[in-house]
Amino acid sequence: MSFLDRLFGQETRSKDIAKQRLQLVLVHDRAGIPAALIELIKDEIIQVISKHLEIDREAMEVNLTVAEKGQNRLVADIPIIHVKEPYGT
Amino acid sequence: MTTRVVTITSGKGGVGKTTTTANLAASLAQAGKRVVAIDADIGLRNLDVVLGLENRIVYDIVDVVEGRCRLRQALIRDKRLPDLNLLPAAQTRDKSAVRPDQMIHLVEQLYNDFDFVLIDSPAGIEQGFRNAIAPAKEILIVTTPEVSAVRDADRIIGLIEAEGKGPGRLILNRIKPDLVKRGDMLDTHDVLDILAIELIGIVPEDESIVVSTNKGVPIVMNGATPAGVAYRNIARRLLGEEVPFQVLKTTHPGLLDRLFRFARGQG
Ligand SMILES: Nc1ncnc2c1ncn2[C@@H]1O[C@H](COP(=O)(O)OP(=O)(O)OP(=O)(O)O)[C@@H](O)[C@H]1O
Ligand SMILES: [Mg+2]
Repeated sequence: MSFLDRLFGQETRSKDIAKQRLQLVLVHDRAGIPAALIELIKDEIIQVISKHLEIDREAMEVNLTVAEKGQNRLVADIPIIHVKEPYGT
Repeated sequence: MTTRVVTITSGKGGVGKTTTTANLAASLAQAGKRVVAIDADIGLRNLDVVLGLENRIVYDIVDVVEGRCRLRQALIRDKRLPDLNLLPAAQTRDKSAVRPDQMIHLVEQLYNDFDFVLIDSPAGIEQGFRNAIAPAKEILIVTTPEVSAVRDADRIIGLIEAEGKGPGRLILNRIKPDLVKRGDMLDTHDVLDILAIELIGIVPEDESIVVSTNKGVPIVMNGATPAGVAYRNIARRLLGEEVPFQVLKTTHPGLLDRLFRFARGQG
């Protein structure tokens, strides 16, 4: 990676990739919940919500967060595009 | 006087537990502390060769546990450092030859006669690890700055907490300052960020470790090498001294580093 690339942030340093990957894998390790299970849950949430609302599937996020001491949480952020018939106006 | 029982463990294999145990044991003995280093890696014993004591083994830990000899008979006293003693692992048995309660009983027999008992844990999270941490009052976790080693260290930290032996302190081994500088190796800050545990030492990658292991002379007995200084600092921190963490040197200092050292009269 050249000096200019780094200056302009063109390429991510490999240690930053390592750190991100570690942080992600450890969230799942610590909670004892595999990443694939979250994906499955995400798909099922989409199915349920899509019956009533049109949502932005690309922008939707379902994340596991692990508290230092306390409860693990599933945090969902689901952008709504519009309400489906017959509820919508 | 209370005997401090310190287990050195890691999760992932080959990250430097045995090297660390040997050097801390030697360094503490140099400081006048009476030390027993126990090799808990039954079936894959190594602490004896790293310490250069392999030719003096008569009895081992399994002989003690199975009553073929007394504990004192199995201890090998280092002639170079009379305060340093080794209890070797058995080479022809496996981890199931000793149980955690037997380890606790064995270590209790060393209470009062020694200042430190250091236990070199095998890799993994199975019985060998359980044996090694059972008698521990303090735990040092060794990791290298790699994704897999840090991940395993996190698992070990969790297990140690669950056993009520936490939180333990971290030794970051095999840091390569040049790679860190390039952004191609996790640095101390990154690893501490992830593991959220107290740091007790940073050991650089150092070729003199290979030489000292070849000779069976722990690197702390070998003058001032970067890793030797790092291990000595860890021993001092164990003894309660406040030793600042060194800034590891890169082979080609950048302009800023050079200016900085020059400005501080170290150039
Ligand atoms: N700071 C260092 N610089 C260079 N080489 C090192 C360093 N630390 C350890 N090593 C080398 O790495 C190898 C593994 O070290 P060591 O045997 O201490 O690891 P370990 O964690 O005890 O392994 P195991 O899990 O197999 O018991 C050895 O060849 C050792 O010399
Ligand atoms: Mg070892």
